[in-house]
Amino acid sequence: MRALDLDYMLGLVPVILGYVPLTLFMAVAAMALALVLASLLAVERVIKVPGLDWLVVLFISFFRGTPLLVQLFLFYYGLPQVLAFLTQINGVTAAIMGLTLHFSAYMAEAIRAAITGVDRSQWEAAQSIGMTQVQMMRRIILPQAGRIAAPTLVNYFIDMIKGTSLAFTLGVTEMMGATQKEASGSFLYFEAFLVVAIIYWVMVETLNQGQKRLELRLNRAYAR
Amino acid sequence: MIRVRGLTKRFGATTVLDGIDLDIADGERVVVIGPSGTGKSTLLRCLNFLDRPDAGSIEVGDVRVDAAKAGRRDILALRRATAFVFQNYALFANMTAQENIMEALVTVQGRSRAEAGRIARDVLAETGLADKAGSYPAALSGGQQQRVGIGRAMAIGAELMLFDEPTSALDPEWVGEVLDLMRRVAEQRQTMLIVTHEMQFAREIADRVLFMEGGRIVEDGPPDRVLDAPEDPRLRQFLRRVS
Repeated sequence: MRALDLDYMLGLVPVILGYVPLTLFMAVAAMALALVLASLLAVERVIKVPGLDWLVVLFISFFRGTPLLVQLFLFYYGLPQVLAFLTQINGVTAAIMGLTLHFSAYMAEAIRAAITGVDRSQWEAAQSIGMTQVQMMRRIILPQAGRIAAPTLVNYFIDMIKGTSLAFTLGVTEMMGATQKEASGSFLYFEAFLVVAIIYWVMVETLNQGQKRLELRLNRAYAR
Repeated sequence: MIRVRGLTKRFGATTVLDGIDLDIADGERVVVIGPSGTGKSTLLRCLNFLDRPDAGSIEVGDVRVDAAKAGRRDILALRRATAFVFQNYALFANMTAQENIMEALVTVQGRSRAEAGRIARDVLAETGLADKAGSYPAALSGGQQQRVGIGRAMAIGAELMLFDEPTSALDPEWVGEVLDLMRRVAEQRQTMLIVTHEMQFAREIADRVLFMEGGRIVEDGPPDRVLDAPEDPRLRQFLRRVS
């Protein structure tokens, strides 16, 4: 057993930190898009639009039923062979697309369950004042479902941050890709991957602390 | 003017409303009494289309809805002409007391937030809850929640206010304040249809009392006749049991 090269590790930290913005950009963009898509999918699953429902069921089933890595390869390497306009797609865009579709399928189920969990009286009160379905969802049901689903959604966001590391397989130099390059130059694989692991860990832990505050904030309205 | 004709509702093989005919004049306060499971709540819920009636017609002011062919627009129009007060208050849990009252005014009636806010503050003052404007439902007592619920219905300015056992879910200590507020609403000659078991209250404020049994209106008259000199044997038996 050899000693850890601490100087090398410390020197690597700022290099990898330089890629944190790209990782966060991919995660935040994919999360925002996935939230919108998942909400639409979830609302459809609840009100069941005739002719559309089977498509949504199929979508959710496919994106939950296949590995994220396979989906990313399918988008980045596969689809451009079939759809010519996709040949220009870069790795970052493909990664955001893949993460969005994959996670929206999971999040749709979480949001659907949360919508179903909103008390029936809330639906009736909204209906009784003559709200349209869209108004009811936007003003009453989704805000309350959001609170129920928040912890689960934050968990998916954490998964998503870690999932961005797969963009490295699409040729994107993000945190993981940068680490890989550094390591193959220095041959200090253990040190390099340990550093990137710790940086991911710190990011996720920071987010966990944020989640606790978010939950306190969301629950304020419901506190007696 | 409210005009209901042949209102019928079935749940599976059970007929809960058996062709209800009912006229209510503007400003009239009508109390519905009767044993559980005789369709009192269903009548109210059908008038607001929370339950969809199977047959019959409902006319509230300018809005006329035929149950058999009511479309989405008809239903929204009817709901906007009526205001519903729920047994379990059903305040929007994600909104403060004031926001609860403003919601229909802004989202449904399209008023500005400023105007809706003014109306809501007036209504809150009337319900005696001006100091609770910023409180969320979870922080209010049952009685306070129901007063906000009534305030929410008052603010709409609906043709008809429907009260579905508004005090039944309350601890006894809160019943009085809710009935007091309902008395004040009644004094404003708001057209009201109230399902309640509070007989004394019915005697005080009702212009008419309806006795329902088996999905039909069996008695319909002024409170001194229906409550104090009942003729129908089922009504007599019911009154003996509740008093």
